[in-house]
Amino acid sequence: MRRTLFFLIPAVVFVVIGVFLGLGLTRDPQVLPSALLDEPVPAFDLAAIEGHDKPGLATSDLKGELMLVNIFASWCLPCQVEHPQITELAEEGIKVQAINYKDKPEDARQWLDALGDPFTRIGADPEGRAGIDWGVYGVPETFVVDADGTIVYKHVGPIQERDLPKLRSVIEGLNG
Amino acid sequence: MAMPTIGLVEMGHFLLLMAFAVAVIQSVVPMIGAARDDSAMLEVAKPAALGQFACLTLAFAVLMQAYIISDFSVANVATNSHSSKPMIYKISGTWGNHEGSLVLWVWILALFGAGVAVLGRNLPDRFKARVLAVQGMIGLGFLAFIVFTSNPFERLDPAPLDGQGLNPILQDPGLAIHPPMLYLGYVGFSTTFSFAIAALLEGRIDPTWARWMRPWTLAAWTFLTLGIALGSWWAYYELGWGGYWFWDPVENASFMPWLAGTALLHSAIVVEKRNTLKSWTILLAILTFSLSLLGTFLVRSGVLTSVHAFATDPERGVFILALLVIAVGGSLLLYAWRAPSLESGGIFSAVSREGSLLLNNLLLATAAATVLLGTLYPLFLDALGGPKISVGPPYFNATFLPLMIPLAIVLPIGVLMAWKRGNLPSALRRALPAVIAMAVIATVIVFLVAPKSAMATFGIAIGVWVIAGSVFELLSRAGFPNMGAARVWNRLCGLPRAAFAMTVAHIGLGVLILGVTVSSTAQVERILTLAEGETVDLAGYDITLASISDVRGPNYVAERATFDVSRGGSEIATLFSERRFFPVERNNTTEAGIDTGLLRDIYLVIGEEVEPGRFNVRLYYNPLAFWIWGGAGLMGIAGLISLADRRHRIGAPQPARSRRPADAQA
Repeated sequence: MRRTLFFLIPAVVFVVIGVFLGLGLTRDPQVLPSALLDEPVPAFDLAAIEGHDKPGLATSDLKGELMLVNIFASWCLPCQVEHPQITELAEEGIKVQAINYKDKPEDARQWLDALGDPFTRIGADPEGRAGIDWGVYGVPETFVVDADGTIVYKHVGPIQERDLPKLRSVIEGLNG
Repeated sequence: MAMPTIGLVEMGHFLLLMAFAVAVIQSVVPMIGAARDDSAMLEVAKPAALGQFACLTLAFAVLMQAYIISDFSVANVATNSHSSKPMIYKISGTWGNHEGSLVLWVWILALFGAGVAVLGRNLPDRFKARVLAVQGMIGLGFLAFIVFTSNPFERLDPAPLDGQGLNPILQDPGLAIHPPMLYLGYVGFSTTFSFAIAALLEGRIDPTWARWMRPWTLAAWTFLTLGIALGSWWAYYELGWGGYWFWDPVENASFMPWLAGTALLHSAIVVEKRNTLKSWTILLAILTFSLSLLGTFLVRSGVLTSVHAFATDPERGVFILALLVIAVGGSLLLYAWRAPSLESGGIFSAVSREGSLLLNNLLLATAAATVLLGTLYPLFLDALGGPKISVGPPYFNATFLPLMIPLAIVLPIGVLMAWKRGNLPSALRRALPAVIAMAVIATVIVFLVAPKSAMATFGIAIGVWVIAGSVFELLSRAGFPNMGAARVWNRLCGLPRAAFAMTVAHIGLGVLILGVTVSSTAQVERILTLAEGETVDLAGYDITLASISDVRGPNYVAERATFDVSRGGSEIATLFSERRFFPVERNNTTEAGIDTGLLRDIYLVIGEEVEPGRFNVRLYYNPLAFWIWGGAGLMGIAGLISLADRRHRIGAPQPARSRRPADAQA
């Protein structure tokens, strides 16, 4: 019996590691600790996409009510994936602002024409300068900004169907 | 563009499902056959293993075809390829992503399964059937993973006009073949795992078992060695920082099975020669593959952030974790149940060849454990509510190196020890010529290189010690210094290839130690700005930034710097360093200009233009850098030499053989 216990050691060690691996999975690696969380939105002022009918976006536009800021680009396939969800949120009456990240105006226009434009305002950030200030790791990223212009939540990667409940609860928590 | 392959892609998906079905048969039927001693059921194993290999080969070919013709109606191709990419990267794009790399993974698994089915002629039927069944179970788990969570053949409707491209940093010839090499290595260890499980089920482990397993361990180890070396070489010339090993989680994921596999290779020799250390060897065989699976989990689930991580998806992580728990947990429980009943073999004294191999094993296993701890520590901390951290090189250097130093010091003495009961004074006396050779060579090198620190001197001495000791061991085996040169030569020619393989591998380790020590302690780094035509000194070389020009590649545009390298007025080399911009992926890569020499690398990197006409440059003089990959390459070559030993093919003497047929029918 003592011998069997001795030979059980590897299995026990593995169980401990396995538990931690499991715990690791529950912690979403996409929730990166953003230095901007609970900070006011960075100062920026972006012009409209050339030839597009929506106005540009600046810090002063992000005040007065809760809104989303979506960072997107026409060259980014995951942005295409999340677009129906973004549109759905906009149709529910949530104001969605956008920053068009490192894109060409003609590509961005074409993309918005083809897939629809749910945004209130779109700032063009061709060089990605504002992206740096926002701490963008990779597109798409979506920020929730409250009425005071403070960033309260950040979603990295495409917003998929399964992400909507979490996002809605964040938004409702703030409105309610 | 999508038209010609409608049907073919669905066929690929169907083939994966077929492989899944065959895997079910392969894992279940032979196991029942083994339990009931039903030879008809045992015979299912071989055709099933071959059938699975055939299905997966075709499925993999279909996926590759979709990449070759840029069929963007396949989601996987659209996300990871682009029509303007050179053909080689279209092909390597097949496995440069999550889904495709998994298909490669199971394909290699099936390749090894088919290999055992065809080449394992000397294995008893029941044992072989069990090995193939375990192989089938692993395949089953991973095929389920692919079919249920990661279908590479998913269609995209409507198909985009062009793809998203492949991460430019991955568009490199070295990286095109690096993953397949690495997978051949760590998936190859599935065979040792299957051999261990089959042996536990049979309840019998003897020297014959170790001999059967040896070629498979060697093959996997060789591929893994070469794969890791390639990856590190790629990091060296592609990342542009002059470094070659970063203790990144993904590097560690391949290094841990390597350390465990190296220990296994050594402990299996003890089982083969002395019929002892059996339960330890079984455990190592299980752990080596478990670490490969853990590596797959870490890379695929994205629990650790890493520069190498492709995509992160918690759902997939849960699936792989489940696979890991079943495979590793299950096998370790089986081990706890069956291993205590294994008869222990001959006893030996601490001072003996077995004793030194055991020490080698303890050091390598501890090293693997420290790497594991360092890799998972951020995860532990995060799970316990601590901050998000990453464990860097200081930890690994502080824990890993102190374990490698005694390993290297003991190696040349250990190989001179006798089996069973060695004699330390006599082994030391026999090592005396090696000690003298080391002292002489080390003094000469210390004089020539003039290392700046005690650490460097120490590292050089150890490297030379390992090389001198290995050469001396080979010579002494041939009768040196007691016999004449002609007889020694004759006897040397008559030695088995495995003996040469051991020497070459150990020399490789010595070369690697020298490369790592000298390149890290005597590196010269200069970071400055240069204008066209300016010359600076780098460790005695004159480096001139000759010109800056714009060049256009197949799918990138680049700013190319031309450097002239000369010494004492004579031209040595013209090097090009580029900053490439990939418009499709909107990403930059840096290509270093490297002049590789036997004794030193000149490594030049162009940076950004800081003010009009002036550029940031990073210049490195890396002495003995080539020795790092040369040493690793020697180890890989040693593996190939040992595989070519004819004793593996003819199976040599097999005392147990006569009993086997009766066993299988009993």
